[in-house]
Amino acid sequence: MNFYDVYQSYKTLDFDAFFQKITDSEILEAINKDNKDIWDFLRLLSPKAEAFLEPMAKKAHDLTIQHFGKTITLYTPIYISNYCDNICLYCGYSKENKIMRKQLSLEEIEQEAKEIHKTGLRHILVLTGESRRKASFNYIVASLNILKKYFNSISIEIYALKQEEYTTLANMGIRGVTLYQETYNELRYDALHVEGPKKNYQFRLETPERVCMSGMEELNIGVLLGLSNFRKDTFFTALHGKYLQDKYIDVEVGFSVPRIRPCAGSTLTFNEITDKNIVQAILAYRLYMPRCGINISTRENAMMRNHLIPLGVTKMSAGVCTEVGGHALTVKSESQFSISDTRTVQEMMKAIRKQGYDSVLKDWSLV
Amino acid sequence: MEPLKIGNKELGSRLFIGTGKYSTNSIIPNIIKESEAQVVTVAVRRVDTSNPKENILNVIPSTCTLLPNTSGARNAEEAIRIARLAKAAGCGSWIKIEVISDNKYLLPNNNETIKATDVLAKEGFQVFPYMNPDLYDAKRLVDAGAAAVMPLGAPIGTNKGLKTEEMIRILIEEIKAPIIVDAGIGRPSHAAKAMEMGAAAVLVNTAIASSHDPIRMGSAFKHAVKAGREAYYAGLGSINTMGEASSPLTGFLDGRSE
Repeated sequence: MNFYDVYQSYKTLDFDAFFQKITDSEILEAINKDNKDIWDFLRLLSPKAEAFLEPMAKKAHDLTIQHFGKTITLYTPIYISNYCDNICLYCGYSKENKIMRKQLSLEEIEQEAKEIHKTGLRHILVLTGESRRKASFNYIVASLNILKKYFNSISIEIYALKQEEYTTLANMGIRGVTLYQETYNELRYDALHVEGPKKNYQFRLETPERVCMSGMEELNIGVLLGLSNFRKDTFFTALHGKYLQDKYIDVEVGFSVPRIRPCAGSTLTFNEITDKNIVQAILAYRLYMPRCGINISTRENAMMRNHLIPLGVTKMSAGVCTEVGGHALTVKSESQFSISDTRTVQEMMKAIRKQGYDSVLKDWSLV
Repeated sequence: MEPLKIGNKELGSRLFIGTGKYSTNSIIPNIIKESEAQVVTVAVRRVDTSNPKENILNVIPSTCTLLPNTSGARNAEEAIRIARLAKAAGCGSWIKIEVISDNKYLLPNNNETIKATDVLAKEGFQVFPYMNPDLYDAKRLVDAGAAAVMPLGAPIGTNKGLKTEEMIRILIEEIKAPIIVDAGIGRPSHAAKAMEMGAAAVLVNTAIASSHDPIRMGSAFKHAVKAGREAYYAGLGSINTMGEASSPLTGFLDGRSE
C-alpha cells in the first residue's frame, strides 16, 4: 500500500461532522495523552481547539525543549535556476509569467556559496524551478558538488525526482529533501496545476516515499496554506508524515507551514490563513509527533517569527533572498515570492538570543 | 572517592556531561565548574572549526577530557567516518559511538555499534559505545576493544530514569569494563541509584540542559553521583518487606536470650 491508497480511504471523510461532535474534554484528553492517533491530531486541529491554544502551546513548548533543547537551527535558501516548464497559478516562476529568467553558472554558484559561507551559515537549501531542459539532473549534481565544498548540510527543494536520482544524491551526501504537495485536494490540485510535469498529482504524492527509500536522512513536507481548506490539507499532511515516519523509522520527517504570499503574475483568490491557523498547525504537529522537525520560512514576518520560536519550531531560514543570484550577484532574477522577514543572519541570531534560545549554524557533518 | 581509571586516564569525577540543548553555549563553562565534570561529550556534527565564534569546542576548558560523539550516524560506516573527522579536528582519541537508525525512539543499533567499535579500537581510539543493554552485545563490545560500555537507562531525552535497571545490573555484574549509564537519567536521584548499583559513572545532558537553572542542576548531579558512589562503597543494607525485631525469635539458640 502506498500513500495514494491511504489518501483514497480518507478523502471522503466528513470533516464538518467530525468537528461538530468534538467535546472540550476530548480536546483536553488529546492534549495530554502520550500516544496520539490521527483522530487526536484532528481534534487538536479543530475549530473548537482554537480555545485551547494556550495549554497546547505549553505542552508543545515543553516537548520541544525536551527533544531539541532551546535551540533553533538556521539555514538559508540558494536559488540556482528559475526556469520552469509548469504553469502553476500560485507561483511566480510559472512558465507563462514574463519575468527575468536566470540560471547560475557553476562559477556563479561558487560566488554565491562564498558569500553565504561568510555569514557563518553551514546549512543550505538549494532551490530550482522545474525544467529538466535547463536545470538538468546533471546540472543539479554539478552544482551540489560545488556547494559541498562550503556547507556541512545540504538539502534540496527542486522538482520531483526518480528514486534512483534521489539515491545518487543521498550517496553524494545530500542530507534531505523538501517537497510540498501544495494541496492534497486532488481536484483543486488539478485546477491549480494547469500544465507541465507537476500536473501529475499521484507522482507528486508518492515522491516523499521515494525520498524515504533513497537513503536520504531528512524529509520535509507541507502544503501551501491558503490554496485549499486549511484544516483538511493540514490533516492530510500529518497523515502523510506519520505514514512515512512509521514506515521509514530511520528518516527524520519534518513539516513546514508555508502561507501563500503575493507573487508575480498571480490573480488567484485564495483562502485566508490567520496567524491563529499557523500557530494551531504548528502546535498540533508538535503534540502529534514530538520529535518532528518544524520549519518556518521568511514567508512569515519578523514579529510572527519571533513569537513562534518557543512554540515548537526547530528550524528557521535567515538572510534570505528568493532571487536567483540574490546573495552575491549584481544581476539577479525576479523572486519566487516576496519575503516578509528580511533580517540578516546576524540580526536573526540576535533575535533568537533575545528569546532565550541558541541559534545553531552547524549541526551536521558531511562524511 | 577513589579515581575512575578509564581509557588512558584517571578521573576524579564520575559525572560525564553533555553540551547539547543549551539556550546559550556561554553557560557551559559554569556548568562544568559547578558539576566538577571532567569528561564532556560534544556532537562532532556541532563542531565548526572554520567559525571560531560559533565553535562549541571553544567553550570547553582545556582541562576537560573531550568525548566527541558520533550523533547523526545511522550505520557503522558513518560512525567510523565521524570518529576520524573528530580526531582530525583535534578532539583527541576518545570517541563515543552513537549509531541510531530510528527517529522515533532514538534507540541505538547494537550491531552497527559493535562493528564501528571493532574498527575504531584497532585504529587506536578509546571507544565508548552507547548501547541498548544486552549482555551478549556488551561482551562483544568489550571483545572488540571498548574502553567502557554505555547502556541506556531509558531512550535519549526522555528523563524517564532507569527503566532498564535489571539489565544494567546484569552488565555491572558480568562485564569487566566500566559501565557508564547514559541516556534517560532525568533526576539526580536516578543518577544516585545508578551509582549505588555500582555503575562506574553516569552521563547526563537533557536533565541539566532543560532545567530552569542548569548550573544549579549540574551541582545537584555532582552531589547525587558522589552520594551514590559512597553508598556503593559503604554497602547498602538489604531490603526487607517486614520489620526486623532487634531481639530475634531464634536468638535463644545462640544463648542470646534467656
